[in-house]
Amino acid sequence: MSLRIFISRDAGAIAVGADGIAWHFEQSAARRGLAVEIVRTGSRGLYWLEPMVEVATAKGRVAFGPVADADVASVLDAMLAEAPHPLRLGIVEDIPWLKRQTRLTFARCGVVDPRSLEDYRAHDGYKGLERALTLTSEVILADVTASGLRGRGGAGFPTGIKWKTVAQTSADRKYIVCNADEGDSGTFADRMIMEGDPFVVIEGMTIAGVAVGASKGYIYIRSEYPHAVEAMNAAIAAARRGGYLGTGIGGSAHSFDLEVRVGAGAYVCGEETSLLESLEGRRGIVRAKPPLPAHKGLFGKPTVINNVLSFAAIPFILAGGAKAYADFGIGRSRGTMPIQLAGNVRYGGLFEVAFGITLGELVDDVGGGTFTGRPVRAVQVGGPLGAYFPRALFDTPFDYEAFAARDGLIGHGGIVVFDDSVDMSKQARFAMQFCAIESCGKCTPCRIGSTRGAETIDKIRAGEHVTENIAVIEDLCNTMKFGSLCALGGFTPYPVMSALKHFREDFGPAATRLQAAE
Amino acid sequence: MTVYEPWNATRGAEIIAEHTHLEGATLVILHALQEAFGYVPEPAIPMIASALNLSRAEVHGVFTFYHDFRHKPAGRHVLKLCRAEACQAAGGDALAARAEAQLGIALGTTTPDERVTLEPIYCLGLCATAPSAMLDGRVVGRLDEARIDALVAEARR
Repeated sequence: MSLRIFISRDAGAIAVGADGIAWHFEQSAARRGLAVEIVRTGSRGLYWLEPMVEVATAKGRVAFGPVADADVASVLDAMLAEAPHPLRLGIVEDIPWLKRQTRLTFARCGVVDPRSLEDYRAHDGYKGLERALTLTSEVILADVTASGLRGRGGAGFPTGIKWKTVAQTSADRKYIVCNADEGDSGTFADRMIMEGDPFVVIEGMTIAGVAVGASKGYIYIRSEYPHAVEAMNAAIAAARRGGYLGTGIGGSAHSFDLEVRVGAGAYVCGEETSLLESLEGRRGIVRAKPPLPAHKGLFGKPTVINNVLSFAAIPFILAGGAKAYADFGIGRSRGTMPIQLAGNVRYGGLFEVAFGITLGELVDDVGGGTFTGRPVRAVQVGGPLGAYFPRALFDTPFDYEAFAARDGLIGHGGIVVFDDSVDMSKQARFAMQFCAIESCGKCTPCRIGSTRGAETIDKIRAGEHVTENIAVIEDLCNTMKFGSLCALGGFTPYPVMSALKHFREDFGPAATRLQAAE
Repeated sequence: MTVYEPWNATRGAEIIAEHTHLEGATLVILHALQEAFGYVPEPAIPMIASALNLSRAEVHGVFTFYHDFRHKPAGRHVLKLCRAEACQAAGGDALAARAEAQLGIALGTTTPDERVTLEPIYCLGLCATAPSAMLDGRVVGRLDEARIDALVAEARR
């Protein structure tokens, strides 16, 4: 009997040695004359356990991790004998960190072979598209609307309404664009799903094409994600071969095809209109809205532009799950959110859960606090444009409106944990500096404001007219927030103002702060 | 280490011609040229402009907007250190300073012997195994002093 072993090919697993582990398993098995099939999957998202290795048993897949090169021989012994081992984690699905989750979007990630269309289909893949092909556009749109799905890129705009606008706009050509320019630090869900279950993104985009009458789609992936680019390209080729992309998809009258385009290191291209400019081959300069992309998007044509996670949520919804999806969540935040725990965190990874869980549960309970073992002082939620939250606000439920009410945002669901060694005026300065580096330069508040902001925080840190300069920062943030053309300049005040509001003691001359701490 | 072809206008024209049929081809062409030659040679800019019926200024504008495109070759090895918040939270600042000190150069520059280019990168999406880096396309996570030293040593070889 051949042993089936599963090892992740996710970039996060490769970065901590998964390729070497796979090679050692092959070698170790060959030396013993064992028949072993090694399946390279995506990651389950339990990154502190990577490289994690799973073996198929009669009771289900049993996991071991984190496995080092030197552990391979003994792990293989334990697999063969079904014996105890210090790295044995038990049946994967029973690991509490995974068991607590509600995996709708990430149901297959870490389970299937991301290169195999057959594996995708064997795990309920393409059921959503198959049903969508039997429905009218109106019914598909009604399903998406009923699910309550809101844009997972961060803006939280209702997906059903966006699609309906495109469907109702007549044009000779329409486009579906997937925003895979996941530039926010602390977020990696798009990367994980593209590497671990790329067909779900393709299926979601295809359903969008059928719903609005578009025949061409683009996936704009950032250049920092070479593994995701490779995985998406391989999956697109497989879907084409299988008749799921191209003319007459799934045996229907619809045609839809996809192309991957690679970004070139500009953070601002994650902003949808800048992304469209970049796709058209131009500088990633933000467009003024209106017109909305739904009316005049890519090459001036009506365009559905959604985040990777929004498209990836669609197949479940169209496979008859619209109500089930909407039954999760709280308030106007329906369904599940793939939350990413990152930075100085003990149990970092991807945690998909219904909206409503509190920030404190996520950081302390799920994340287990910091890996340095020091107290958590601040967490940044929602990327470089998200607010820093102190412990006092850890009762905030994960919900678009609840975060907005506390001058924050959930963004793309990334949470970066910092311990008590963090200097919050330095973080505020970084936010301004990052905005200055990445500003597209079109509007003045962002282009000039960010540079002046960094300079002014430098003065505060040097102890120059601290009170007056803090007033300057507050005024500047107000101008940036209300005067910028897009979220880059408009949201940079979130990390700056939250740092100032909740960690005022960090703003002053560095020497005084050091003395105070001693 | 990646081996690149020396610039050659005929080869450049071929690469450009392979992509001109695409919608919005400028970035695709710039990427393809950089993949072949390791940078985007100056003479390629007017060639792209003419192939896509754009002005030279437009193509130059696109080329200079994006951080990825180089106007001259990088060092033999490129070491990118993630400098974004998740890696900062996990001790990335000290590791970046250590790499700079060992190589004797600042982030964003190349060693005088042109062996190593050290660059900041804003997020590799490896935020749960931070701090992270990329050496010539190979990703490395959970960096500590020993691992950054090994990466620097490897890049110098």
